[in-house]
Amino acid sequence: MKKIIIIALMLTTTLTFAQNKNAKASMEVDGICGMCKARIEKACLNTKGVKWADWNVDTHELKLIFDERKTDTTTIKKQILAVGHDVKDEKATEEAYATVHDCCKYRDEDIKEAHEEEKDKS
Amino acid sequence: MKYLKYIILLLPFLGFSQETISGKIIEDNIDDNNMGIAGANVYWLNTQVGTVTDVDGSFTIAYQPSYKKLIVSYVGYKTDTLTINTPKFIRHKLKPSDGLDEVVVTSRKQTTAKSYLKAENVMTVSSDELLKAACCNLSESFETNPSIDVNFADAISGTRQIKMLGLTSPYILIATENIPSVRGASQAYGLSFIPGTWVESIQITKGAGSVVNGFESIAGQINTELVKPSTDDKLFVNLYGATSERLELNAHINTKVNNRWHTGLYIHGNTHQKKHDVNNDGFMDMPLFNQINVMNRWQYVDTQKGFVSFINLKFLNDEKQSGELNFNPDTDKLTTNAWGNEIDTQRYEVSAKFGYVNPEVPWQSLGVQAAFSGHKQASYFGLNVYDIEHNSLYANAIYNSIISDSRHKIKTGLSYTYDHYDELVNTTDFERTENSVGGFFEYNYNNLELFNLTAGIRIDRHNLLGTFITPRLHLRYSPWSKSAFRASFGRGKRSANIFTENQQMFSTSRRINILSSGGNIYGLDPEIAWNYGVSYLQGFNLFGRKADITFDFYKTDFTNQVVVDWENPQEINFYNLDGKSFANSFQAELNYNAFEGFDLRLAYKFYDVKTDYNSGRLERPLTPRHRVFANVGYETAVKDNGSHWKFDATFNRLSQQRFSSTVSNPVQFQLPERTPAVATLNTQITKVLSPKFEVYLGGENITNVRQPNPVLGADNPFGANFDSTFVYGPIFGSLYYTGLRFRID
Repeated sequence: MKKIIIIALMLTTTLTFAQNKNAKASMEVDGICGMCKARIEKACLNTKGVKWADWNVDTHELKLIFDERKTDTTTIKKQILAVGHDVKDEKATEEAYATVHDCCKYRDEDIKEAHEEEKDKS
Repeated sequence: MKYLKYIILLLPFLGFSQETISGKIIEDNIDDNNMGIAGANVYWLNTQVGTVTDVDGSFTIAYQPSYKKLIVSYVGYKTDTLTINTPKFIRHKLKPSDGLDEVVVTSRKQTTAKSYLKAENVMTVSSDELLKAACCNLSESFETNPSIDVNFADAISGTRQIKMLGLTSPYILIATENIPSVRGASQAYGLSFIPGTWVESIQITKGAGSVVNGFESIAGQINTELVKPSTDDKLFVNLYGATSERLELNAHINTKVNNRWHTGLYIHGNTHQKKHDVNNDGFMDMPLFNQINVMNRWQYVDTQKGFVSFINLKFLNDEKQSGELNFNPDTDKLTTNAWGNEIDTQRYEVSAKFGYVNPEVPWQSLGVQAAFSGHKQASYFGLNVYDIEHNSLYANAIYNSIISDSRHKIKTGLSYTYDHYDELVNTTDFERTENSVGGFFEYNYNNLELFNLTAGIRIDRHNLLGTFITPRLHLRYSPWSKSAFRASFGRGKRSANIFTENQQMFSTSRRINILSSGGNIYGLDPEIAWNYGVSYLQGFNLFGRKADITFDFYKTDFTNQVVVDWENPQEINFYNLDGKSFANSFQAELNYNAFEGFDLRLAYKFYDVKTDYNSGRLERPLTPRHRVFANVGYETAVKDNGSHWKFDATFNRLSQQRFSSTVSNPVQFQLPERTPAVATLNTQITKVLSPKFEVYLGGENITNVRQPNPVLGADNPFGANFDSTFVYGPIFGSLYYTGLRFRID
C-alpha cells in the first residue's frame, strides 16, 4: 500500500514538474548530529545537478532542490546511502555505515542518548 | 502495519457506532490545483485517535464532541491545528514549510556566541548579555565585552568612547541593521542615541569585515539589530533610576495591524538634572541632560511570496549642559563669567528596507536599503563655538545567489552615498559634499566541514577620495573538532571628520592647527589602512563542562592617517602621516561554564599602538598597553512560576597609559609621563519575579575609584593651560542604580 502511495506520489511530482530546473524534493534521512548534517548535505551536493540541500537534525527531514534534467531522487538517495545514512525506506549497507564517524552511529541507542543529553545541556 | 494500529484504535469507536468526520487534505500551492496530499497524519490532540490520508488526500476519522483540536501534519509541510466545533466535511490546505520556521530547540543559549563556522571573526551579543549592564544605551552596553574598550573622551561631556583593536570608533563601521549609522556628525555621541532596550542583538566583527557595507571600516564592524515589531513584546516598560539622579524610561508598544503588517512604537527618555562635584574642582562630574528619542517601525512579512520589508522613522532631541557648577547658560553663555558647555542635537532618520526571497529557490534573494538622516548639532564649549549639520543619504542593493550549488554563494550589488557637511568652528565655516557610487562582489565558499572563505572586492568612485578598490578576504579552517583557525586581511579608506571626531579639543585652551597639504578634506588626505589578523578558537570540555578559548592577533597599518597630535599642550595639530602608524593587538579570552548557571569569562589584552608624530614615534596617548578583564555571571534555576535570580560582576584593570606631553607647560600644569593603573568593579543583581516582571539593582565602580584631578587648570578655565582631555579613569566614583522591566508578550 505504502509503496503504491509513494510511487503514485513520485509519478505525480514528475508529471507536474516535468524537467524542472529547480525541482524540489523532501525525504527522511537518519542521522544525529552536525557532522551527519555536513556529510548528508555534502553527499547530495556532490551529486551533479543538486543545487541546494538542507538536512534538519531534529526532524531528520532533508530538503532538496535539484535540476531534473541532470539528476533524480533515486540517484541522490544512492549517494546518501553510499556515505552511510539510511533513508526512509532503504538502509545503507553495513560497509557504508561503518565509514561514518564513531560519534555519528545513529543506529546505536547509546550514542543517540549521548547526543540528546548534550542537547539538553547546551 | 502502521495502518493496523490505527484501525485497531478506531475499532472500539466504530463498535459504538460513533460519529465520524471525513475530509480532504490538499496542498496549498500557487496553481491551486487541489492536489491531495497522500500519507499525511491526521489525529486528535491528546488522544490516540488518528489516521492517515489516502492517495487523493481523503481521510475519515472518528469524532466525539470532546475532540476539539485536529492536527494535520506531513513531512515537508507546516503542521496545522484545526479547531472542530461541528462534525462536517473538512477541506484543509497544508502549506509547504518554507524552511524559515523550523522546529525550535529550547536550550539555554550563550549570551555571547562565537561562531565556529563563519569565515569572519564574528561574535553575536544577545539581548541577555546586554541586560548584564542595565544601563542604558549602546555606548554603555560593551562593558561586559572584552573585545571592545569603553572609556571617557573627556572630563566634561560624559561621552563614552569605544575602541576596538586599539583604534577609536571612527575606525569601526558602526551600523544599525546594516545601514551605517554612527558616522559623520553622529560619530562623537551617536552611540548614546541608540537606547539599550531597542537592541535585539549586536554582531561584532573583528578585522576587515565584509565589503557589502562599504569601504570605511578599518578595525572592524559593529552591527546592531533592533527589536522587530513582530517578535518584540506587545508591551514593554523599563524604568531606571540611579543615585546620581539620572532617570530613564523606555516603552515599547507593538501591534499586529493585519496578517502581513506589524508596527511598533519605541519611546525613550532620559534626564539628569542634578549637579555633582565630588572632586571639588568647581566642574560638574557629569553633564546635565535631557533626551527624547522616538522610533516607529513598520514591518511587512509575506512568507509565501517571500517579501519582507521594514520602514523606520526616528526622531531624537538631545540636550546636554556641563562645565562649572555656577555656570548659568542664560547669562553666562560665551562669556568669561563662568566656563560652560551646551550641546544640543536634533536628528531624524527615515529608512526603508525591502527584501525578496524567491520562495521557489531559497538561495536567491534581493535586498534594497535606503536611509536618509539629518543631523544638527549646535554647541559651545567655553568661548569655542562648534556647529555641525550633516545630511546623509545611503542606498544599497544586494543580490544573493549561488554558483552551481549552495556551497558557492555570491553577493553582488551597488551602493550610493551622499553626505553634506556644514560646520562652523568658531568663526570659520567648513562646507563639503561627498558622494560615492560603488559596486561590490563577494564570493563565499563553504565545503560544509573544514573550510570556508569569503572573498570580497568593491570598487568605488568618490568625489573626494577618488576611484579605488577595496579588497577583503576571510578564511576559516577547522582541522579538528570545535576548532576554528581564522585569517583575514582587508583595506579601508575614509575621510577623517577632524572636528566632530575630536570634539573634546574644544574643552581646552589649545589652538587648533591644520597643517594643510592641499588635500581634499580640510586640506588633508584620506586615511588608508590595511588590517591583517589571525585568530584561533577552540572549544573543549573542562571537568565535563563547556569551555572555549580564543587567541587573536590583529595588526592595522596606516598607509596614510590624519594624525591627531596632542603633544604640544598649547596646540592640537592635524596633519598627514609622515612615516609609520600602526596598531597591534593581542587578545586571549577564556569562557567557562564552570557549573550549572555559572559562567566565567577571563580576558587579557595587549596593545602596541604607535604613530610617527612630528616629535617622533610615540605610543598613542591614553591607550593602555595591558588590560585584564573578568566577568562572572550566575543564574539560579528557573522555578515553575518563572522566577529566578541573576548575579553578575565585571572586573576591569587598565595598565598605565601615556599622557600626551605637558613638558612645555609651567611646572604646576605638568603631568607625569604616565597615568597610574586603574581597576574598576561593577556588579548587578536581577530578580526575575515572573516572565512578565523583573527588578534589578546594580553598582558601577563599587570600589569608588576616581581620577583625582581630571581637569587641568580648573581654577582658571579661560587661562592658557585649561585642558579637560587628560582623562584615564572614572571621575564620579561609585554609582548605584535600580530599575524594573515589565513586559506583556
